[in-house]
Parts: sequence; C-alpha cells; structure tokens
Amino acid sequence: MEHQAMSEVTFHHHIEDAEFKKRVRKTTILLSVLTVIELAIGLTIYTIHKGENPSHLLVLMFKGLVCILTLAKAYYIVSVFMHLGDEIRNMIMTIVVPLMLFIWFIAAFIIDGNSYKNLRNNYDRHFKESTMPRPHHGTEPAKPEEPKPGKQ
Amino acid sequence: MANTATAQTKWWSGGKSPFNLEYGKLMMWYFLMSDAFTFGAFLISYGTIRFSQNFWPDPNVVFNAFPGAGHTNLPLAFVSVMTFILIISSVTMVLAVHAGHNGDKNGVIKWLGWTIVGGLAFLGCQAWEWHHLITGEHIALIDGKLELIGQTTRHNPWGQLVEHNVMLDAIKNTPANVLAEIVHEQKHDSNLAELLKMPQGQLVGMLDTAEMHVREKGPVAFGGYFFGITGFHGFHVFSGVIINIIMLIMTQKNVFQNKGHYLMIEKAGLYWHFVDLVWVFVFLCFYLI
Repeated sequence: MEHQAMSEVTFHHHIEDAEFKKRVRKTTILLSVLTVIELAIGLTIYTIHKGENPSHLLVLMFKGLVCILTLAKAYYIVSVFMHLGDEIRNMIMTIVVPLMLFIWFIAAFIIDGNSYKNLRNNYDRHFKESTMPRPHHGTEPAKPEEPKPGKQ
Repeated sequence: MANTATAQTKWWSGGKSPFNLEYGKLMMWYFLMSDAFTFGAFLISYGTIRFSQNFWPDPNVVFNAFPGAGHTNLPLAFVSVMTFILIISSVTMVLAVHAGHNGDKNGVIKWLGWTIVGGLAFLGCQAWEWHHLITGEHIALIDGKLELIGQTTRHNPWGQLVEHNVMLDAIKNTPANVLAEIVHEQKHDSNLAELLKMPQGQLVGMLDTAEMHVREKGPVAFGGYFFGITGFHGFHVFSGVIINIIMLIMTQKNVFQNKGHYLMIEKAGLYWHFVDLVWVFVFLCFYLI
C-alpha cells in the first residue's frame, strides 16, 4: 500500500464494516424520511392554494419549513456521504467559510428582486394591473355560470 | 478518531498534506465548491426574477403528470420518483467507495454498476419530463383568443386562470383549427381530420366549456430558468455517468488494483454526491416552493 499518492496522507480513515453499514442505513432512512415530509408539505401547500381564501402566511411558513428541511438534507449528504465531517478541521473550514458568501448572495439578490417588484407596482400601472393575482383564484372557475350570450 | 491524533501532528512542517488529503481529492473539493457557486448563482438569479413578479406559476399545477397516467392530476408524483432515484444512486456510490476502501474489486464493480443504472434512470426521467412539458399543449388566452401552447423557453401556458365569461368571449374569436384540436382533446373518439373541416360556429357548439380550464400566459422567464437549470444539472448527471463508466472500465482492467488504492473512485464519488446535493436544491426551488 506504500504509494506516492498515499504518502502525503498522514492518517487513514478506517471504519469498521458494521459501523459503516449502520451509518449508511441511518442516513439513507433519514434522507428518505425528510424527502417524504417535504413532499407532504408540498401537497399541503397545493391544497391550501386550491381552497377558498388561501392563507399566504401559512403558505410562507410551510415554504420556510421546506427550506430548513432541505438544508438538513444537504448537511447529511455532505457530512456523511461525502465524508466532509471526517476531514480535519482546517480543511473543512476552507470549504465552509467561502460558502458563507451565500448568506449575503441570497439575501441581497432576493431583496433586490423584491424591491424591483415594489417599484414597478408603484410606478408602472400596466404591470400592476396585468400581473397582480386576482382574488379567489382556485383551480375551479370561481364565478357562477353567466347566462350564455345568444341563447336567450 | 483522527481528531485526537491531529492535535500532536505538526501539519505545516512539510513532507505531508496539511489537510491530510491527497492532492486530487482536495482539488475535487475546491472544484465542487466553485461549482456550488455556479449553481447557486443560477438559482439565486431565478429567485431574483421570481421575487420581482406579482404572479408565478404554482409548481403543483405545472408538474402534475406521470408517464402512462394520461391526464390524471398527480402533483409532485413523478419528481419524487426522480428524487428517490438520485438518493438511492448516491447510497450505492457510498457503498462503491467503501468497497474501494477495502480493496474489494468485485464490490466496486457491483455498486458502481448500480450507480450508473440510477444515473441513466434519472436522465431518462428527465428526458420524459422535458418532452412532456415541451410537447404537451395547454389552452392559453392570448390577445383575446385561445391558443394551444406548450411550455418552452418562449411560452408559458401557466398564467392565472381566466374567468368563465372571458373564456366564452375568447372562444368566439378563436380560429376553427384551434377549436378543432380542443374538441378532439375533449372527445378522444372524435376524428381530428373531420373536425378540421367543420365551420367555426359548429365547433363552438361542440365545446364542453364547463370542463375547460383556460389560463393567461405566465411569466416567460419560467421556461428559461427551468430548462436552463435542470438542463445544467442534467448535464452534470450525464458527465457523472460518463465518469462512473470510465471508473468501471478502469476497475475491471485492474488499474486501481495495480496502483494499490481506489482513490479515483473516491473522487468520482464526491462528484456524484455533489450532483445529488444540487438536485436537493433544484427540487426545492422548482418543485416545492
């Protein structure tokens, strides 16, 4: 096993087969369960949208919950499947610290998009009137049937 | 276990990797970090556009088809199959890497093989989904009349639902050939060639307007972002499958056995897990919220 490529590595990660299997099984079940919960929330959002007077706050809360669950999934994939959790701390930091840029990246651009929408709604009447969702838009036609023209 | 020993080691004294990692694997990590920023930038750009709109299509309305289920409304069903395929193929990749760690050539071949199967299955699903979105036509209200359009990078048929009386007005302005296709869609036993010969007025009478859901055109950016980002992810899956196939051939030819280690499998594994990781976020941004 003494080889050029391996000699630069000081400590080799050795994991017992039994422990490895236990860990993989646990993570697989965890990821599957999180995905199923996400799907359930997705369908809940769908039924809320379909109903009369959908509560936007409730939808927003469910969407936030799905985002948190996704971050949990990402954490398990990276730390267990990609073994980042087993690397030494300095190395983990060279990956994780640059990713902090995303905090600003996401916040700044989402806020920018939102601000653009508000500006257009204030100053571009056509944009507002043509795109603003009408109240009571379910999947079923909300209005009772009008008398058909030409048949009376 | 390494952490207890790391405290005494002089990592920066030379002659060894200060990160306790082989060069290629470390560089794979940095590549993946840069790739994360590429995907992140795409998804954030999508988020910016979405936040700048008053209306955005509900993913449960757009993605509700399943192969072989016809027009049955099955929101999220197909994409959950795709998600599980990718999770399972990630698990088989972990097993392949572990087998390589133990120097178990047959184990590597077996699990890498299953990973490739999973990757190809995912690509097949994506091909079906794209095909269905592009060719499946939906009734949209455009310029006061009805048109049949698919989901492309230029058209989006998933706008707001049109009110019933507006739809009835639009039907009167709609050309006969479009009406013929809508009638044919509603009554599958009808003959399209015969319908196409009928005058417009007769077709209007044949329409089952109670069953019709007409939408306005939705935001055009939807298609560009959806096809662009899922396409870029699909391209990553595709290249991952190619890399895995190369790894499989090299394993079979004893390349890694002669080298004495299966580090290449670990690097390919990192890439493959990253593909799964990105899908988790694509799934979130396009299908769930």
